[in-house]
Amino acid sequence: MANTQKSLLSRHAVIERNVTLLLVFSLLVVTIGGLVEVAPLFWLENTIEHVKGMRPYTPLELAGRDIYVREGCYLCHSQMIRPFRDEVERYGHYSLAAESMYDHPFQWGSKRTGPDLARVGQRYSNEWHVQHLKDPRSVVPESVMPTYKFLANDDLDTKAIASHLVANRDVGVPYNDDMIANAEADMKAQGDPNADSKGLVARYPKAVSADYDGDPTRLTEMDALVAYLQMLGTLVDYSAYNPTQDDR
Amino acid sequence: MKYGSTAIALGLATLLALLAAAAGQDVQFRTHMWVAFTVLGIASIFAFRRIQFAKAGQTLPVEDTSGYLDGVVRFGVIAAMFWGIAGFLVGVIIASQLAWPILNLEPFLNFGRLRPLHTSAVIFAFGGNALIATSFYVVQRTCRARLWGGNLAWFVFWGYNFFIVMAGTGYLLGITQGREYAEPEWYMDIWLTIVWVCYLLVFLGTLVKRKEPHIYVANWFYLSFIVTVAMLHLVNNMAVPVSFLGTKSYSAFSGVQDALVQWWYGHNAVGFFLTAGFLGMMYYFVPKQAGRPIYSYRLSIVHFWALIFLYIWAGPHHLHYTALPDWAQTLGMVFSIMLWMPSWGGMINGLMTLSGAWDKLRTDPILRMFVMSLAFYGMSTFEGPMMSIKSVNSLSHYTDWTIGHVHSGALGWVGMVSFGAIYYLTPKLWGRERLYSLRLVNWHFWLATLGIVVYASVMWVSGIMQGLMWREYNEQGFLVYSFAESVAAMHPYYIMRMFGGLLYLAGALVMVFNIYKTIRGDLRSEIPMGAEAPALQPAR
Repeated sequence: MANTQKSLLSRHAVIERNVTLLLVFSLLVVTIGGLVEVAPLFWLENTIEHVKGMRPYTPLELAGRDIYVREGCYLCHSQMIRPFRDEVERYGHYSLAAESMYDHPFQWGSKRTGPDLARVGQRYSNEWHVQHLKDPRSVVPESVMPTYKFLANDDLDTKAIASHLVANRDVGVPYNDDMIANAEADMKAQGDPNADSKGLVARYPKAVSADYDGDPTRLTEMDALVAYLQMLGTLVDYSAYNPTQDDR
Repeated sequence: MKYGSTAIALGLATLLALLAAAAGQDVQFRTHMWVAFTVLGIASIFAFRRIQFAKAGQTLPVEDTSGYLDGVVRFGVIAAMFWGIAGFLVGVIIASQLAWPILNLEPFLNFGRLRPLHTSAVIFAFGGNALIATSFYVVQRTCRARLWGGNLAWFVFWGYNFFIVMAGTGYLLGITQGREYAEPEWYMDIWLTIVWVCYLLVFLGTLVKRKEPHIYVANWFYLSFIVTVAMLHLVNNMAVPVSFLGTKSYSAFSGVQDALVQWWYGHNAVGFFLTAGFLGMMYYFVPKQAGRPIYSYRLSIVHFWALIFLYIWAGPHHLHYTALPDWAQTLGMVFSIMLWMPSWGGMINGLMTLSGAWDKLRTDPILRMFVMSLAFYGMSTFEGPMMSIKSVNSLSHYTDWTIGHVHSGALGWVGMVSFGAIYYLTPKLWGRERLYSLRLVNWHFWLATLGIVVYASVMWVSGIMQGLMWREYNEQGFLVYSFAESVAAMHPYYIMRMFGGLLYLAGALVMVFNIYKTIRGDLRSEIPMGAEAPALQPAR
């Protein structure tokens, strides 16, 4: 035992005298963990459950999600319900991997200064969300959330949305040519309850058209963010989900 | 002509920023490019003013490059202190925002935009500058060779700090990838990649031309830190920009894969940026300050290879009970627990280096700082594996306990070892006999230690309380507390936490004053540490 240790140590001197060896060995040693642990997620079939209902975000929801990312909401709100009794009772069915399959980037979060938002959609009215974002303490006195009044004043950029859909398609989100060609029109249609939303709903099932921010004259960032919040967790009918069908 | 090419390159970069500001596709990008234009413009003016021309028929005196290149280390020390104060200050501000939400000033100074500013300022600006400065100092001494690459080291320093200014201003403008600790958008990531490759080249080049047969252990750690951070940065930031003249990009990965890539990155930002790099610092400065050789050469070999091998696996413990497949979670947990051993190997190797020199703790507050740093390293590398156990994590995850854990590591280990290194370096770099005042170092030591103890214990108590409130049931089988009630319960703890941070910031300000006086060459006449104050004489 003592002998092998001694010889191992003396062999280490070789590495200590050779920069190239030290560089190559340390790079090899730090690569292994990632290869074994991260890489298989990309080809193991059962990583993501097979569920019905998932679709890409509508243009308005995507714009809202970009605002969610921009304002750093993920720093205080998770979107990942763990399979515990208290969490399921508080927030709803535990989150499935499939539910974030079109999320670039994921927004699972790591901290709950505020509550989880994975299934916040359709739990409150649009008016509640707008009031809460403008002045959180007017509806939840204990809240420590910042105010976001400016969202209701900032016009939404509708021109660029098609290029955002293209970039998402480049990273694997199944937006088709039809969706990209109609991106701007779909965005406007979803923000207007009186618009013809047949095309929008055909392309994006369950998409809801509404005057989200309460200002029918224009499309604001508030419209987009509330549209995003209102669809969170509403796509998958998890009562039909059978967890034993793909055991992970 | 001297500084000519630098000035021209900066001038061209300024022009490019101006063009980008004109052609930008979104408001954020245009604003950000105006920031770049201003910063680069000011840098160009400085560079152009420094241009020197040789008189006809003469040549300019050649710069003496026989000794060590220490100018860049001096700048690094000052930059580390500057960003340290900035980062601690933003930390105190966002801690106050959680206690008193009225302090949020929308949109630029909302918590969601300031929080990445705080984390990046302390990790990458303070920590990064401390790592670059000390690695440049240590690699030259332990190799007995000047930094390789001429002025490339200067490019690394200025390029890195330019990255920090761009990243920080970007956060305030809402430019973020939404990935924790990897928030800067694609164009800043590309710039950082260029700077980082140059950093690797300078470090490797210096190792290659060393005059010592062996590569000292501190350099193993520095090298593995530089190489691994390069790998993590490249993979985690893979994204497709919407436009090459716009800020927004979409991550190449989605959902569960994106989550694991991000936390593979995120945990090893801790493992390699905040641990391996700072262990490199520890392996040089602790033996130097203690005047003793490293305790065990064998232990340093074993713990080096074990540490860098095991750390990479630990990422999934950030995703316990999520939609990440169970096999990955379990793997992450097992490796996180194993990681306890090499971590403590490093702590033992550092602490035992003091054997035979423990008495110095009475008289040397700098050594005291190093020892406290190692103690916090040991504490948080025990706490970390414990929190990575799934059943513990089910309580601690999503709570402020995690925040407390991070800060005992960051304020205790990373902060204290950096302060010690700065105190060690300053008199040497500026050719001063000693520090202005050791008693002020002692003040810094106690302010910082008290600050961390307050911070960490408050976060333990409140974090566990938070986790327990969320899962509390009554006899009828109903949840006892609404979420809002748990937020209200945090209020007093958020105030105490802010106070802990304030103590830590106060300590750092004492350091800045002490270092400023030292650089000026002042010496405070004071009773040496450990000596008795002269006894009062009774009046006659």
